[in-house]
Amino acid sequence: MAEQHYFEDFDEGDSIPSLEKNPTSQQLVQWAAGSGDFYQIHYDTRYAQDTGLDDIIVHGALKHAFLGELLWRFAGPEGQVKRVQCAYRGMDPAVQGKDDLVDRKFVLEGKVTRKYSEGEKNYLELAIQGVRADGSISTPGVGIVTLPSRA
Amino acid sequence: MADDAQQESVITDEMRNQIGIEGAETVSELTTTSVRMFARSVGYVDPVFYDLDLAEERGYRGLPAPPGYLGTPIFNPAESDPTFGGRRGGGGFRSPYPLVLNGGTDVEYFDEPICSGDVLTSRTKLESLNERWSGALGVPMLIQVSATTYTNQDGRVVAISRGTGISYPRSGD
Repeated sequence: MAEQHYFEDFDEGDSIPSLEKNPTSQQLVQWAAGSGDFYQIHYDTRYAQDTGLDDIIVHGALKHAFLGELLWRFAGPEGQVKRVQCAYRGMDPAVQGKDDLVDRKFVLEGKVTRKYSEGEKNYLELAIQGVRADGSISTPGVGIVTLPSRA
Repeated sequence: MADDAQQESVITDEMRNQIGIEGAETVSELTTTSVRMFARSVGYVDPVFYDLDLAEERGYRGLPAPPGYLGTPIFNPAESDPTFGGRRGGGGFRSPYPLVLNGGTDVEYFDEPICSGDVLTSRTKLESLNERWSGALGVPMLIQVSATTYTNQDGRVVAISRGTGISYPRSGD
């Protein structure tokens, strides 16, 4: 289970623990079943190439769900994920074969941009992003979580 | 941009008239199996998504829905989209372009958690339509933003999702 983080322990500018993913073709097929999105550009290379893509690509909504997992792990059992927003600025090819595990890894990161309380709830707003192995950002966004207080 | 100027708009008055109008209702279910499958497909290892007893110990009515999971629309071959599972022609109009990409997702959650056993009713409203040129694909794009409000079986709004859909022609069409 993820470690519980507390509101008092984070300030604006602080980074949260990152999360590394390797979105394999197997995972994309599992996601198709889990999400109900069976668009062929995510598992049929020839179909993807017929549409002008170089390769099968990771579902945008899966990248959104990865960012959701980043926030879920950070919020811990006593926190809540209140918002997950992201833009899909670029396409990310799926991991196919061992070499891709390095070249096509996908890292989720977050940094606190705002800290505030409303009523009895303590909120952190974060800049979140999905980062490719080459350091480029394909999936920038915003997350909001609540965290428990130590008080 | 020169390419923008060269392209005639494909947005018709009929399409613009759809903005702000709520579409038909969609009913989505969350089951223990569907929550586990979604969590597995993302790669979650938190047992709360898989162990019903643990989920109840942690105060949930059922297995909690991972962020991003807003239920599975009840599939009906007569009305559902065979590729995406939701209602066919979801935005209330058909894009003139055959290919689609997901441009972005924004989901806001409210106090009531979403759990297995829930039945969510949703309605989608088209918020905006815009056109841009894709330098990467070398084609025009139609950008559609839609907002979907999800209400649970007790009449409580549990989430609002905004999606940006991008449709475009095959290169050379």
